[in-house]
Amino acid sequence: MTDFLLELRSEEIPARMQAGARAELEKLFRAQMSSAGIEAGDLTIWSTPRRLALIAKGLPQATAAVSEELKGPRSSAPPQALEGFLRKTGLTQDQLEDRDGVYFAVIDKPGRATAEVLAEAIPAIIRAFAWPKSMRWGKASASSESLRWVRPLSGIVAIFGEELIPCEVNGISAGFATRGHRFHCPGEITIGSASDYAEKLRACHVIVDHEERQNIVRDGAAKAAADAGLSLVADEGLVIENAGLTEWPVPLLGRFDEAFLEVPPEVIQLTARVNQKYFVVNDAGGKLANGFVCTANIDAVDGGAEIVAGNRKVLAARLSDARFFWEQDRKTKLEDHAKKLDRITFHEKLGTVADKVERVAKLARWLVEEGIVTSGSPAKAGAQSGTEQMAASASPGPRPSPGNTKELADQAELAARLAKADLVTEMVGEFPELQGLMGGYYARAEGLPDAVADAIRDHYKPVGQGDDVPTAPVTVAVGLADKLDTLAGFFAINEKPTGSRDPFALRRAALGVISIIQANELRLSVSMPLAAALATLVGKSTASADRFSLEIGVQQLEAAGVQFSDESRENLRQVVMKNALDRASPIYDQIIQPTIVGIIVFLADRLKVQQREAGVRHDLIDAVFALGGEDDLVRLLARVKALQAFMASDDGANLLAGYKRAANILKQAGQGNSPAKAGAQSGEALTSVDGSTGPRPSPGNMTGHDAALLAALDTAEPAASAAVTEERFTDAMAALASLRAPIDAFFDGVMVNDPDEDVRAYRLNLLSRFTGAVHGVADFSKIEG
Amino acid sequence: MADGADKTPLSFQDMILTLHNYWSARGCAILQPYDMRVGAGTFHPATTLRSLGPEPWNVAYVQPSRRPTDGRYGENPNRLQHYYQYQVILKPSPADLQEQYLGSLAAIGIDPLLHDIRFVEDDWESPTLGAWGLGWEVWCDGMEVTQFTYFQQMGGFDCKPVAGELTYGLERLAMYIQNVDNVYDLRFSDPVGDVPGVSYGDVFLENEKQFSKWNFEVADTDTLFAGFKAAEEECKRAIEANVPLAAYDQAIEASHLFNLLQARGVISVQERANYMARVRDLAKGSCKAWIDSQSAAWTAKYPGWTL
Repeated sequence: MTDFLLELRSEEIPARMQAGARAELEKLFRAQMSSAGIEAGDLTIWSTPRRLALIAKGLPQATAAVSEELKGPRSSAPPQALEGFLRKTGLTQDQLEDRDGVYFAVIDKPGRATAEVLAEAIPAIIRAFAWPKSMRWGKASASSESLRWVRPLSGIVAIFGEELIPCEVNGISAGFATRGHRFHCPGEITIGSASDYAEKLRACHVIVDHEERQNIVRDGAAKAAADAGLSLVADEGLVIENAGLTEWPVPLLGRFDEAFLEVPPEVIQLTARVNQKYFVVNDAGGKLANGFVCTANIDAVDGGAEIVAGNRKVLAARLSDARFFWEQDRKTKLEDHAKKLDRITFHEKLGTVADKVERVAKLARWLVEEGIVTSGSPAKAGAQSGTEQMAASASPGPRPSPGNTKELADQAELAARLAKADLVTEMVGEFPELQGLMGGYYARAEGLPDAVADAIRDHYKPVGQGDDVPTAPVTVAVGLADKLDTLAGFFAINEKPTGSRDPFALRRAALGVISIIQANELRLSVSMPLAAALATLVGKSTASADRFSLEIGVQQLEAAGVQFSDESRENLRQVVMKNALDRASPIYDQIIQPTIVGIIVFLADRLKVQQREAGVRHDLIDAVFALGGEDDLVRLLARVKALQAFMASDDGANLLAGYKRAANILKQAGQGNSPAKAGAQSGEALTSVDGSTGPRPSPGNMTGHDAALLAALDTAEPAASAAVTEERFTDAMAALASLRAPIDAFFDGVMVNDPDEDVRAYRLNLLSRFTGAVHGVADFSKIEG
Repeated sequence: MADGADKTPLSFQDMILTLHNYWSARGCAILQPYDMRVGAGTFHPATTLRSLGPEPWNVAYVQPSRRPTDGRYGENPNRLQHYYQYQVILKPSPADLQEQYLGSLAAIGIDPLLHDIRFVEDDWESPTLGAWGLGWEVWCDGMEVTQFTYFQQMGGFDCKPVAGELTYGLERLAMYIQNVDNVYDLRFSDPVGDVPGVSYGDVFLENEKQFSKWNFEVADTDTLFAGFKAAEEECKRAIEANVPLAAYDQAIEASHLFNLLQARGVISVQERANYMARVRDLAKGSCKAWIDSQSAAWTAKYPGWTL
């Protein structure tokens, strides 16, 4: 068993690409080895800005000889079959074995020296290597076929045991020599084997293990801060980036002028992080201090004093820019900044950002005026369809006074109108990541109410997993309106995410909608605001949106044969506006309704992904969602959770088994093979059992099991149905559970396919009613297990 | 400085002369600045046009560069609407380009064991030239001092072979070497005998004040728009007439007039993309015409070379 070392040296590899490159190297190496029949065991893969290294321990000296046996045609088969087989195997007829009238080819592949395999594998790996961006260079690049690499490839070390693996790519031959640190140790160093590689490099100021460098950066930066009585603001992304920019990392603490601390701390942190890759530090009180930690790549002869001084100067220039923006931006009120939003295109087909702001403002106001978002505690008092009944069981919360509602609606509308204004500020122009946050600062600075400033600051939230979900009413109204408008708009123009492509971050918007609704227990039928958003979109009157309304509102309708031709443009617009929400209108039918359905399905998919992490089974979400018509996410989840608890119980599992058996029997009988249909038909089934139609089975053939099931259904069905209506989902499950014993007994005690056709029909109807009752709670055919 | 308290850092002009000597000794022809208003050294036809085609091409030059929107009326210590770039083009890119570059830093007085020099990913793209390349911004103690690029495409055409481009920001580098915080305090030249040296401010402060005002407030926009149109037309005529070098001059002119219009704030966000596309078409058209005019000679001299 022998160890193998491969080092691919290159000009500086971008830090962000190094992790991917390590994975790619491992994948390609394993693939090459396994296709040669070598099992590569543990691999060590390291990266620095200037090299990728791989150590494979314990490779065999040679691959095992293998004997492959291929079955051929019968010896009596026509000659063409034999010819084809000989072509395929590359053998002649006398090399085949005839076993009982069937030809067999036995192909012996002798073992190969591993060194030989590696010599072929290395160039293949290099040529197949996938970088996010790659380039050509040097003399060879006169030809289009020249090698591509992330930056010029400058050297290859390939040592198997202590033997060089001779190979060559793009004029670069493998050797024993590599180079140490660019400045500390620029000459060649000779590597003996995999075992001395890391230590020889270390002696030449290169720590080849990226994790060790990360530890040095992380711990060293923390220590540099602690030594000055400060605490480092941890930032693992910066740790990895700095480790990817250095071969010999040396964290150094510097200070900047305290006067810069008047700039918002997020701005300082971002400037330091994004532009300079510095850590920032807090003082003992946890507030941002006037310090930074940069990571040098050398042990400077003066201990780093010059380096710190230089970096301090660069940071000071950056911070004075930031302070300039901070001062400039505040000279203009947000409402004046907002006027410039009509110069920024949101999307070619969806108008400008100003158009979007207008839509969001209306929708945010609508969410408040409809009582969906209220100033009370989580909006239990909301009065959407389906919640009136709930009010009977839950004590009615304090209803917001009309005055409160008006104030909240006004604030929501104001915040929405100002929420995007910071996009045209200098600061956000420089640091797009600060959108929202800066708007919040500027709003507070000009004396707007905190609720409005907070809403401006937080309306993009949540932007990722684990991000805070807004709960302040104004923020909820604006954030929800913004995201719903985004979804409505892009779905209306058919820009839906596909595969990994989601250029307008609609998945994130959907997840945001779901999280906000959940966190605030907002009771609403999501279709309603979507319809409102779409209606605003369709009926919008500015020039650019006219283009849009013509685009989706009119052109599509005209294409569908709807005549608007003799209306004036203005009349046209009013027709569109007026009809957008009228369910009987073609606009609703052909544009709004299909778009809403598309968005609801999309939300359901996102909900499944989101809930998977919370341990909620996606099939149970499907089972509830498949019932159709459910667009109240809070209610949907409550039902799913009750269902999940039920499915975890003995009763649930057995009931599911009973359901599947019943569904199977019905399917074989040619009945109700569509579960949804079975549910819908439960009413008819009931009539049949009652015998008002169809033949009546003679009571003599009936057993107690039939009667018991019928009786249980008579009780359980209305109980479950009432419980569902009143959103007592656990009770609904309990009602279903009462069916478990009778259905089990039924299957144990009777034969459904009784020879007497009437009996058979009766029992099938009974089963149909049973599946129907279950369907009143959830579509059990979607449940796995 | 720890290593040379006794050594006076190079003046601005000596730094340029040192770079000239350095690159001259490495085989570069030392060219003079192009005599037109451009936004960067890359616009010099010695870079744009000559980076195309198979012929070796090794040159270095200083290029005065104008970025009207960066003007600050002489009030900002770091920002100028007119500044200098030192540009080196080596085609094909030599295997030791990084080492040669680091040698040039050492030559102007930067000790890499005292200062932290880093190659940080920064891919270069010029939408108006239809050009892109991969490379780095080179940091010295956290400050970007050079753009280092391997040209992959120019004017929409593959660079075959690839040229290495080094663009030094001369003022920044000089401020660093001379350890001054304000560009106008740079020693431009050193005193000799009775003759006093001059500062960067002596030479350029008034220019910054006047040109900032002209760029932002005075320049007649109708004239600029008309100039843009005229340059665009003339570029197309020159391409038709098969004089690509002259056509390219007009592309440069259009590009600069566009920058001035930007500074005057008369080009909206939507129009901006449109103007850039028009400039790109001129630059690409000029590159194509240049290639067409040279292809026969290139393929004759370099058999097997293809576009």
